[in-house]
Order: sequence, then C-alpha cells, then structure tokens
Amino acid sequence: MEAFKKLVNALANPTVYFILTVVLLAGYLLFRKFLTKPAFALAFLGFSVAFFCLSLTDPNFREIVTKPDNVPIVIMLGLVLYLTWLSLRRAVLNDEMMKRGEPNLEARESKDRVFTWPDLVYTELICMVLCTIALTVWSIELGAPLEEPSAPARTPNPSKAPWYFLGLQEMLVYYDPWIAGVVLPSLIIVGLMAVPYLDRNPKGNGYYTFEERPFAVSFYLFGFLILWVSLVVLGTFLRGPNWSFFGPFQRWDIHFLEPLVNVNLSEYFWVKGLGEPLPASPLLRELPGILVVVGYFLLVPPLLLSVSKLFRGFFIELGVARYSTFVILLLIEFSLPIKMVLRWTINLKYIVSFPEFFFNI
Amino acid sequence: MADLLTALRKTQVWKSIFRHGPPNTTRNRTLVVLSNFFLHLHPVKVRKSGIRLSYTWCMGGLTFFLFLVETITGLLLMFYYRPTAEYAFQDIMALREHVALGLMREMHRWGAHAMVITVWLHMYRVFLTGSYKPPREFNWNVGVILLVLTLLLSFTGYLLPWDQLAIWAVTVGTNMARATPLLGHEGPGAAFLTLGGVNLIHAGDDVRFALLSGRFVGEATLLRFYVLHCVGFPLVAATLMAIHFWRVRKDGGISGPL
Ligand code: HEM
Repeated sequence: MEAFKKLVNALANPTVYFILTVVLLAGYLLFRKFLTKPAFALAFLGFSVAFFCLSLTDPNFREIVTKPDNVPIVIMLGLVLYLTWLSLRRAVLNDEMMKRGEPNLEARESKDRVFTWPDLVYTELICMVLCTIALTVWSIELGAPLEEPSAPARTPNPSKAPWYFLGLQEMLVYYDPWIAGVVLPSLIIVGLMAVPYLDRNPKGNGYYTFEERPFAVSFYLFGFLILWVSLVVLGTFLRGPNWSFFGPFQRWDIHFLEPLVNVNLSEYFWVKGLGEPLPASPLLRELPGILVVVGYFLLVPPLLLSVSKLFRGFFIELGVARYSTFVILLLIEFSLPIKMVLRWTINLKYIVSFPEFFFNI
Repeated sequence: MADLLTALRKTQVWKSIFRHGPPNTTRNRTLVVLSNFFLHLHPVKVRKSGIRLSYTWCMGGLTFFLFLVETITGLLLMFYYRPTAEYAFQDIMALREHVALGLMREMHRWGAHAMVITVWLHMYRVFLTGSYKPPREFNWNVGVILLVLTLLLSFTGYLLPWDQLAIWAVTVGTNMARATPLLGHEGPGAAFLTLGGVNLIHAGDDVRFALLSGRFVGEATLLRFYVLHCVGFPLVAATLMAIHFWRVRKDGGISGPL
C-alpha cells in the first residue's frame, strides 16, 4: 500500500502528470474504436470508483478532496469524463454508420418533428426537478465554507484564486503574470470567438463525429481537457504551500520549499555557450531570445506549410488572413507546453527578459 | 381529481388565463406553446434528434435554470446581507447560525459552482456537435460572452462573505491586473507612459486600482463587487441570455444534420 501511494505520488509530479494526461488523451483518441466500447467504459468506471474510495482512506487525500469548495471539482471531473466518453462513443458509432453510407444517429431523427408539448417540456421539467433535488441534498449535506474573518495582514499559504481560475494560476509557474494572467486569458476569449470563423469545414454540423473533423475535435479536447480541466485539478489538489507540488497522498508541509535553479536563455547563450560575460547592453543581451521568439512566429507558419499536407489544406481552405490568425493563435497555445518542457528539461526561466520593463517571456 | 380539473377548466377564471383546452390534441398542443409567454421561447415543434438528452446533455437548459435559482436565492440573501466591512462577515455568520432558511447561502454557493460547470459542459457539447458552424456563428459568440459573465459573476460573489478565503482569492485573482501591458503599474510598457517626466501609470491609478477601487482589497472593493454582482452583471447576463435563446430559434432551432 505504501509503495503504491509512493508510486502515485511520483506519477502526479507536474512533469509526469502533464505528459501522462497528454499520452492518455492521444491514446484514447487513437484507439477510440476499442476504448469507447461500453464494456471498457464500465471497467474504467469500476476501476476509478474503487481507486477513489480506496484513496479516501488516506487522511491527506481525504482532507483535500472533501474540502467543501473542492467537492464541485470532483463532481465536474466525473461529468467531464463521462461526457467525453459519451460524445466519443456516439462519434465512433456515427463514423461507422456514415462509412457504410447509412444516416448517422442524429440524421435518423432530424427530419422527425415532435411537439414541444409534451416531449420537450416534460424533459425540461424532469431535468429541473432532478437538478433541484441534487442541489438541495448537496446544500443540506455540505455547509458552505466560511473561514476566519478577513485579515489583510495575514496571508494564507497557499493563497489560491477561486478553483475555476487555478489553471491560469498554474500557468504562472511558467509565465509571468502579464502573459499568464492578462494576455493568455484575453487570447482564450478571442480565440474562442474566432472559432466559427476559422473552422471552415462544413462537415460535422449538428452531429457527433470524429473522422469528419479530426483536427478540430482533437484540438478542442487538448485545450479543454489538458490545458484547462487537468490544470485546474493539478492546481487544486496537487499544489500546496508556496505553490510547491505535493502528491495526492502527501501531507502539505509548510516548510517545504523547492529550490529555484532556473536560468535565463541569455545566460545559456552568452555565459554557458560562448563563455563570455553577459553583455552590458540589455538589447544585445536579449538578442538571442528575441530572435528565437520572432523566429518562432515568423518561420514556423511557412515551415508548417512546406512540411505538412494538413496545413497546406488549411491554407487553401482559409486564405492568408484567416490562416495567419489561426496559426498565430495555435502557436501561442503551444508556446505553453513548449515552455513547460523547456522548464522541465533545461530549467529555462525566461527566453527574453527585460526586468527593467517587467517584460519577461 | 381529474373531475376537479375538468370543472376548473370550465370556470371563467381559468379560461381567462388559458385560452385553450387541455394539451392533448394537435391544435391545443400548438396553442399551449404559442399562447404562453414562457413557453413561446420554444417553437411549436422541435427536431426529435435535437431534444435527446444524449445530444444536448441538457446543459444549456440547466445553466439557465441554475441562473434562475441563483436569482431567487440571491434575492433572499440580499435581505440579510450588508456589504460593509463591519457587517458582511457577521451577516454571513448569522445566516449560518440563526436565520431561518439560511440554507439559501448553501444553495446559492453550490448553485454558482454548478453553473460554472454546466456552462463549460454546454460549450463542450456545442463544440463537439459542431453547432457553432454557420448559421450559428454569432450565437456561439454571444455564448462566449455569457461564459465570461458567468465567471465574473462567480468571481465577484466569491468576495462577499468577507472571510480569509474570500479576500485572498480575490487578491490573488486581481493581482494579475498589476501586470497588464501598458495599463498596470507592473506591466510591460507602463514605464514608457510618461508626461513631462511624470509616470502616468502607478499603483494609485492603474487597472488594478480601478478594479478594486483602491490599492488593496478593501471596503470600497466590497461595495463595487457587490453592486456588479447583484445588479450589473445579472442584468447584462439576462439580456444576453434573451438574445441567445432568441437566436437559437432564429438560427433554425437546435442544430441537427441537414
Ligand atoms: C449563461 C450561459 C448560457 C446559457 C444559459 C445557455 C443556454 C442555451 C440553451 C438553453 C440552448 C439550447 C440548446 C441546449 O440546451 O444545448 C443553447 C444553445 C446554444 N448555445 Fe448556449 N448557453 C449559455 C452559454 C453558451 C456558451 C458559453 C456557448 C459557447 C461558447 C454557447 C453557445 C450556444 C450555441 C452555439 C447554441 C446553439 C446550439 C445548437 O443549436 O445546437 N452558449 N444555449
């Protein structure tokens, strides 16, 4: 048991955790035909329920999971997993039907019109009643949290934002607040709004499918499941005092401090690479980093075009303006995992750093 | 019982409210939707595939329902809660300890969390069914704004209990605003905004100051968040929801294969 807990604690380390979730998602999509079979889904359900119940016997795990404000996250996680399975299951079924030239599940019924009263109204009523019952039971069982009265002079450790923003707070580990807290959230909103204008694929409108829009679906699953939901979970359950990492079965020790050994790219280039001291001129000092960033945004889009048939297809479909917007948003999204990997592998702190102007990338 | 209902249906009072017979004929099932203010959000007939739970997961509907729950429970809470540093915490305490139906606070809080979850899941389903594709692009955008408003509503509400959890979560959440490019005093570029050698952006007048109406989370912040939480954001959200639902109909009802 102890060895098992140790193993889970080690697997939950941010690096392993992130890579593991990405691999799991990719594997699930790749082998979806097999993995979405109800038998397998049931096995997975049984396994996760058993794992969860067993884990509850661990005091550290219980303390963090049953914290009133964390209960919604556990509920959300269950719903997200179930609905992801459900939608992929239907997508797989639909794809098979369409391949056989049959109408898909939705198309079979979409010509049928039924009366709002009673069909829709009753469904709505039942949903409302069930929701009310669930909410009432939840409210009776679980008191809303109330801590000590506010004391501006006493900072709790850890200080966390409300749970739905913890994905963003987790990004603060890798990026400065102006990127993680201002630019990224704004771009998420802009990016979401741009979605219907950038996805010009007319297929897959009004039914579940994977094969007719593999890129769009994978992209969204990656963004929502990995970069949003799983980072919320990481930030809530696995980040303790000083935003240090703690495994699910580890005690949150206030005195635990991870040593910071991160190094800027300028130092890598000038000091470690060329064996020279850092140049006095900030612009010269940061030149390598600036070139890397500019190169990333200017060179990668044409590069993608020349090596990838997929992106050539996008270019023809979207035209210059839409294609550029699309690729830039994509590059910004992927700059996050890239920076994460650089941090884990070579302890890179900033690619460009002008601390004088609070301009650090 | 059934007799009573039949008798009731014959009264002038009933007839003045509902201008049609029981909804068991085609004609009356049409009329019940057309002549009812609330039901006429819906079309008379809907796509069978579009109202399946396995298709919509009912997440949009539940989000709206939770919004209504929040409105009602929130209204009840407003009778007891005073948004001042002196009383806020005490009033929440009182709700827990000795106000009849203090359960409203629990329902309001868990309902708010649930709404954040359902709105994400609603968006998830809309994406996976490709329902943002033409002609529904605009409604997707209305939705994105509703998503932001839902989060803002939840965030402004988080401060109101005025306990340690509240003020520090909001402090952490708004600290980022300091680093807004150009407009935050610790943001890149703000140092360049000078007029005759005087910095235009400093801790006393940047975006964070505007959000908090102060340098710290204090009483002025509480009032500001309270007003936005109880009046500002709900009004905007309700208006946008009306547009959202209207557009669902105008764009051809819930999506389905053509
Ligand atoms: C307060 C938040 C929201 C409420 C109350 C709400 C409510 C609804 C309802 C009741 C529907 C009817 C179909 C269904 O239940 O799925 C709907 C459809 C739709 N919603 Fe929302 N919604 C909200 C937020 C959003 C968000 C965040 C998005 C996306 C970014 C969105 C995009 C759409 C679209 C495109 C449709 C049409 C879908 C179709 O025709 O299949 N909504 N919404």
